[in-house]
Amino acid sequence: MSFWQDPVNVIGEWIRSFLAGFLPEAWVTFLYTLLSVVIVASFGLIIVIFLIWLERKIAARFQDRLGPNRAGPFGLLQTFADMVKLVTKEDVIPEKADRLAFNIAPILSVVAVLLIWAVIPFASGWIGTDLNVGVLYIAAVGSFGILSVLMAGWSSNNKYALLGAFRAVAQLISYEVPMLITLMVPVLLARSMGMMEMVQDQDLWFIVLAPVSGLIFMVSSIAEIGRTPFDLLEAESEIVAGYHTEYTGMKFGMFFAAEFLHAFTIGVLFAILFLGGWRGPGAEEYRVLGVVYLMLKGLFGYFIVMWVRSTLPRIRIDHMLSFNWKFLTPLALTLLILTALVEKIFEGSAWRVPALLIGNVVVLVISFLIVRVVSRRTAKERVTFKKRPEARPA
Amino acid sequence: MTAEQAIFLFISFVILFSGYLMVTRANLVHSALFLVVALFGVAVIFVLLDAGFLAVVQVLVYIGAIAILMIFAVMLTRGNATEEQESVNTGYGWALLLSSLFAFALIVMLGQWQEIDALAPALSAERDTIVELGTALVSPDGYVIPFEVASVMLLAALIGALVVARPQKKGK
Repeated sequence: MSFWQDPVNVIGEWIRSFLAGFLPEAWVTFLYTLLSVVIVASFGLIIVIFLIWLERKIAARFQDRLGPNRAGPFGLLQTFADMVKLVTKEDVIPEKADRLAFNIAPILSVVAVLLIWAVIPFASGWIGTDLNVGVLYIAAVGSFGILSVLMAGWSSNNKYALLGAFRAVAQLISYEVPMLITLMVPVLLARSMGMMEMVQDQDLWFIVLAPVSGLIFMVSSIAEIGRTPFDLLEAESEIVAGYHTEYTGMKFGMFFAAEFLHAFTIGVLFAILFLGGWRGPGAEEYRVLGVVYLMLKGLFGYFIVMWVRSTLPRIRIDHMLSFNWKFLTPLALTLLILTALVEKIFEGSAWRVPALLIGNVVVLVISFLIVRVVSRRTAKERVTFKKRPEARPA
Repeated sequence: MTAEQAIFLFISFVILFSGYLMVTRANLVHSALFLVVALFGVAVIFVLLDAGFLAVVQVLVYIGAIAILMIFAVMLTRGNATEEQESVNTGYGWALLLSSLFAFALIVMLGQWQEIDALAPALSAERDTIVELGTALVSPDGYVIPFEVASVMLLAALIGALVVARPQKKGK
């Protein structure tokens, strides 16, 4: 492996041998691991600065505005100005707040997202740690995010914050169900829960084999990050700002950064699970290319999240729950059973790909037909103008 | 002392201490949060034992469920669970007796075990533990019957919860 083919491992080996010159073996491993952790985590934190600018710029285009354009070329330095603003703001802790939980919650929300990056395969051979339970790990780490939202909402000692936290738990825990079930579909297709094997198995992108599962993953992920149309947990017009109402300065900034990073992480996960991850022409020989491909695919997923956010209005809370439990979850379960059956019946046969594709389309069409029939049968409450006794002109 | 032993001792201390804090806090939400720390410590112990799958499941199932527990703590107590309550109820004598009996039995049993200080053999790199666990769970000469029985029981619990939560029909 020459330097240009694999710069990270070449530099890593050099650092290892340099440290081994004057340190015992155990310390070298420790320092080397620590260095890798710092690099992977900083990558996530630094990319947020760019993402915030990108999202503001693109959201502005959707709304026919210019977006940030004063600080630096194309407003690129806007995020730095915002960071300085957030850091210099007064840090207010409500008098009756639960101080410990109040201060830990924003840190936990960032940590929960950063932990996902530990199992992201950046390129061939570039991965924080290739756990053999990578997919399950991602789901497990997500529960820290839920916990941080609940801690923030409860410790603020503010009824709007608590309401936001309650809504958040109802939403996040519900949407975790279809998300976990659809995560099992790529696992079945790749026959492994490790992220690296998942990417290496995608000679054909999984989005071709499981398009509907990809869609469900995207929808439930948008609900997991609590973005419009699923932003009930911080609905400005109803409950002030939801769980982070009482947060000021950099503590609010941490929730903000965690949300942006999470949205991009969802895009990257979508790219890894369904769009072939780092794979692309020349990515095996020149590994930096793999990172470029992964980031481009991840940005595509992120763009979909932004697109949905700028297009759709907020969903009502009962609709949000029925959509999850009565549509997404049964659909995800059906697809999982279908994928398992087809994979077993057509194992090694040339019909595997068409059978999976046709199966997905058939399931989608049938589920839409069922929804149509059911929605016609159930009586709808007609919202009409009612004459109200008060406030009428004489 | 190896690094592994140091981590084990540190984590055990964290688990025990947060467990103690959990049962002594007057505030229910604080108890739930210390329970999170204790359960996370158990997950770290699983990692030390090379049981990655169990560690991840521990975090997913237990820490994921704590959020629900906290919701109950907040909703079922007066005043947002901020009121201080007596954390010890009248049955603590029995609990103390039974738990010390159990601890005594454990210590006696472990004391008689010959290989208690033997080191676990290292796992060979070729064996994929997760695949072996998966096949053991569904193979007929493995654990398929307990696995299926547990599934049926969980399904029954699910249906039971639905029946209980179902809104009563009008006129009944």
